[in-house]
Amino acid sequence: MKTFTYERASIPAEATAAAARTPGAKFLAGGTNLLDLMKLEIEAPQHIIDIGKIGLNKIESTPAGGLHIGALVTNTDLAAHPIVRRDYGLLARALLAGASGQLRNKATTAGNLLQRTRCPYFYDTNQLCNKRVPGSGCAAIAGFSRQLGIIGTSTSCIATYPGDMAVAMRALDATVETVKANGAKRTLSLDQLYRLPGQTPHLETTLEKNELITSIVLPPPVGGVHIYHKVRDRSSYAFALVSVGAILKKDGTGRVAVGGIAPRPWRIESAEPLLPSGAKAFTAQLLKGARPTKENEFKLALVERTLTAVLNEAKH
Amino acid sequence: MLINPINRNTMEESNESTISRREMIVGTTAAIAAITLANVTGTQAAPHTVPLSLAKVSFTVNGQSHDLEMDTRTTLLDTLREHLHFTGTKKGCDHGQCGACTVLVNNQRINSCLSLALQHQGDTVTTIEGLGTPDKLHPMQAAFIKHDGYQCGYCTPGQICSAVAVLNEIKAGIPSHVSASLVEKPQLTNLEMRERMSGNICRCGAYSNIAEAINEVAQKQA
Repeated sequence: MKTFTYERASIPAEATAAAARTPGAKFLAGGTNLLDLMKLEIEAPQHIIDIGKIGLNKIESTPAGGLHIGALVTNTDLAAHPIVRRDYGLLARALLAGASGQLRNKATTAGNLLQRTRCPYFYDTNQLCNKRVPGSGCAAIAGFSRQLGIIGTSTSCIATYPGDMAVAMRALDATVETVKANGAKRTLSLDQLYRLPGQTPHLETTLEKNELITSIVLPPPVGGVHIYHKVRDRSSYAFALVSVGAILKKDGTGRVAVGGIAPRPWRIESAEPLLPSGAKAFTAQLLKGARPTKENEFKLALVERTLTAVLNEAKH
Repeated sequence: MLINPINRNTMEESNESTISRREMIVGTTAAIAAITLANVTGTQAAPHTVPLSLAKVSFTVNGQSHDLEMDTRTTLLDTLREHLHFTGTKKGCDHGQCGACTVLVNNQRINSCLSLALQHQGDTVTTIEGLGTPDKLHPMQAAFIKHDGYQCGYCTPGQICSAVAVLNEIKAGIPSHVSASLVEKPQLTNLEMRERMSGNICRCGAYSNIAEAINEVAQKQA
């Protein structure tokens, strides 16, 4: 691990001010992803701003009837919260499908949103990777790409966003609240937060260096059956090959976001009116323009079949 | 780190390359020890171009408080093992994948390898040494012995710390991926134990005995 200087912030404004004045600084929340990457020297911040004890760890109902989730609420606490379990089952299910008990105790809500890809070529510093070293090339496209993306990718990068929680958040229309060092606040949808790779896959979000996620807001609960169906190589503690997060009503209408196939949770609202027509018609629209590799073209069928299972489950 | 550095063709072609795996490991370990020593003693080693960065932290381990000044990079795991000599906690993968380093922090299990010591200001840490002693075993330690919940034993301290936390999590009503209902109290089933223990890998494959040990403690507590 490269040497870094360290400070503990005690309030959010202290953290953003430190980030604004210190070159090469990074926020450290749970650390389960950042420290892993620092050990491999894929991440090498010169300065760490520990935000673990700046508050932002409460879950509160909003006046609109939704839920306000502090950025530093742990995955365990979020999944175990009574309101989440009762009204946002999709979110609880997605959280519980991810990582291990140990990691969920440490991982935070905002940190989970910002976790980086698990593309093996990003992790192996002997390989070419445009995300790790901009302009160096992508060894994944002609390499072992079974796990990697089929849509939203580019000729520079086919890495996927690996998480589960964000897939549920996307289906729930969650928004992200941020603050910058000058006090300016923003609210972003997940599609506004996550960039698609294009020719700059090293730029993954639209956040600025000194911009801190303070909370995630869920709109009022959406009625219907909440299902998160994750398909993976072992039954626990593995990243998704494909995951489907869905909220479906008895009449067959609803909303669907898919994980494991794209650089961000993949949801196409304009395809959703096709849901009552069945998985085939909807998936064709959802995955229009997909560019899979030979090794991961099975994901096209896997999305449709996983969705078929989800639609059947919702009927019972 | 290379696990199997000798390629098969080289071994067939050259007698000089046929060093045993044990020799390789011993050699590598000695080299690492030498490097570590050089870093610790500092002055004789090649001069550091980047100065070490130190910071202070205080936390409690197994009931005793410690005030430390650490290289900022030191993980909680390395602090426990190398600085405080609680070597019961093991380093397996060092990347949060195997669970050998599991300890309890403020009564919650975490991977101590994916946590800086500095992140634990004011925290209460419990390692396997703090759960029980050879004379006064924790019920989970006794159950692991009774049910032969290990073979080589390397993953065992992490398994036991994790298992203790799992029963607390079920008691607190925290659901899991396999819980049929999100709102009802989770059940003490074998399936629940296995899902909740999936962050602890046992290369010897003692899983069924580990599950039996946890089940026995769970039934006694219920």
